[in-house]
Amino acid sequence: MTEIFGVPTQALFGQLLIGLINGSFYALLSLGLAVIFGLLNIINFTHGAQYMMGAFLAYILANKAGLGYWWSLALVPLLVGAFGIAIERSMLKPLYKLDHLYGLLLTFGLALVIQGLFRNEYGTSGLPYAMPAELAGGRNLGFMFLPNYRAWVIVASLAICLGTWFVIEKTKLGSYLRAATENPALVQAFGINVPRMITLTYGFGVALAALAGVMAAPIYQVSPQMGADLIIVVFAVVVIGGMGSIMGSILTGFGLGVIEGLTKVFYPEASNTVIFVIMAIVLMIKPAGLFGAQK
Amino acid sequence: MMPRSQRNALALMAAFFLAAPLVVYPVFLMKAMCFALFACAFNLLIGFGGLLSFGHAMFLGTAGYAAAYSAKSWGFAPELAILFGTACAALLGLVTGLIAIRRQGIYFAMTTLALAQMVYFYYLQAPFTGGEDGIQAVPRGMLFGFIDLKNAWAMYGTVFVIFMAGFLLVYRAIHSPFGQVLKAIRENEPRALSLGYDVTRYKLLAYLLSATLAGLAGATKALVFQLASLTDVHWTMSGEVVLMTLLGGLGTVFGPVVGAFIIITMENYLAQLGAWVTIAQGVIFVICVLTFRRGVIGELGNWLKKPL
Repeated sequence: MTEIFGVPTQALFGQLLIGLINGSFYALLSLGLAVIFGLLNIINFTHGAQYMMGAFLAYILANKAGLGYWWSLALVPLLVGAFGIAIERSMLKPLYKLDHLYGLLLTFGLALVIQGLFRNEYGTSGLPYAMPAELAGGRNLGFMFLPNYRAWVIVASLAICLGTWFVIEKTKLGSYLRAATENPALVQAFGINVPRMITLTYGFGVALAALAGVMAAPIYQVSPQMGADLIIVVFAVVVIGGMGSIMGSILTGFGLGVIEGLTKVFYPEASNTVIFVIMAIVLMIKPAGLFGAQK
Repeated sequence: MMPRSQRNALALMAAFFLAAPLVVYPVFLMKAMCFALFACAFNLLIGFGGLLSFGHAMFLGTAGYAAAYSAKSWGFAPELAILFGTACAALLGLVTGLIAIRRQGIYFAMTTLALAQMVYFYYLQAPFTGGEDGIQAVPRGMLFGFIDLKNAWAMYGTVFVIFMAGFLLVYRAIHSPFGQVLKAIRENEPRALSLGYDVTRYKLLAYLLSATLAGLAGATKALVFQLASLTDVHWTMSGEVVLMTLLGGLGTVFGPVVGAFIIITMENYLAQLGAWVTIAQGVIFVICVLTFRRGVIGELGNWLKKPL
């Protein structure tokens, strides 16, 4: 067996793949957080719970309605996104004029409620979700075995991330969005419905989290606490990247996933904490984050 | 000098905790006092420094582990174990404080949460914490060599004295010139900076003091329950102390005590209902933020038109 730095290549590439998969989810979730934060100035603590809802809704659709993975991929983001819009309209709206911290506290409370309700209904043990038949199996790349589903997750999340980047940075709609981030009052004066844009942005960010949840369902076990621990890591990712740039969120997400994967190979004891350590180092050297502007 | 309303409230609080064990289970009251001190420490940072820490469980848990381990494995006397636990929390406060205060607002909250999660994973793997079991059967020992803390009343008195001392220390800190500068920083940081105050140092000091007192609460709690476990380091605990303070009243003197008491009581009665505790906590969070931002004591003080 071939080795690199005393590590079998099989193990190395295997962990690298897991790192890329984790990185896909970090990127999708931190992207959603950054988009929401840009316009609403709220850190959406419910993000992890909404990701969990995405996975559970896919599970429920499959078991109660007989709708498979591809249906879920299309329907679940819409449903959870609509749920997000209802939250924004009813609860987040009154908070915009207050200190940003209240938004964090409110969404934290909502996350507790949602996680508690799902735990009551489904218990704490993980539930399996079947992989779509079209993506079962895998291919041998010579140096490693690549399961098709995992390749799909990486490609799909890259496409979604880059698509979002393109819309925000290169289209007219995106330019409104960026303008409203800078100066909402002025943009409103030009006749653009900013409150509606804010609502839809929140819905979109939430839909991204739900989409990530559906994609995660066949890989990780579907369980009520699957989002809670993940969201804390994503917060660290966001602090490292800084929320100023969309591309920054994407790059940091994938990059940290890979670093975490490599840590599992070379120093497994630190694999849980490596992202937090990197966060501490980045804060010491560049407090605004790698891609952030100090506000 | 304390305003009269606060002096009366202080007397009422002390009388309550002295008389209550005659009718209420003392262990429950000791738990309430430990969490009340924890919440007061947290409130010092958010209520007067404007810094929302989402990782305060790391101080509670660290001090708990240090006190429990030193009492059980090294045979430390209780007063030394509590001191040692508190010192460990203070040290952790210094290290994490230097990192966290580099960002403000939301980023500060996320940073403290992430740092606390790192500490949690460390304790999960470290051999001395006993993993999922925690450190059990911690000896309470003889306080100053002659007070046997196995006696429930001696333990109760000790916790009462520690709680009152911590509470008065927080009171003293927020009503000192230091506390006034802290409030100035909270209201307008650039102005405080331009007036020549070393903003970073003040914030770090507040953070350090808050961490130390949270540690004192954690170390005491470990001796009371003779247990140090992962529950006290988990992020849910960090969320709980935020909730206690928010419910009682951010930036009020007595709010955190009342908030802690309400939440501990609620947990006590809902304990059999499992996830409903979490749901109830979440609902209280939402209600507080949407309609009740002053909290119980804040509303009461507003209604009486007196500072509480």
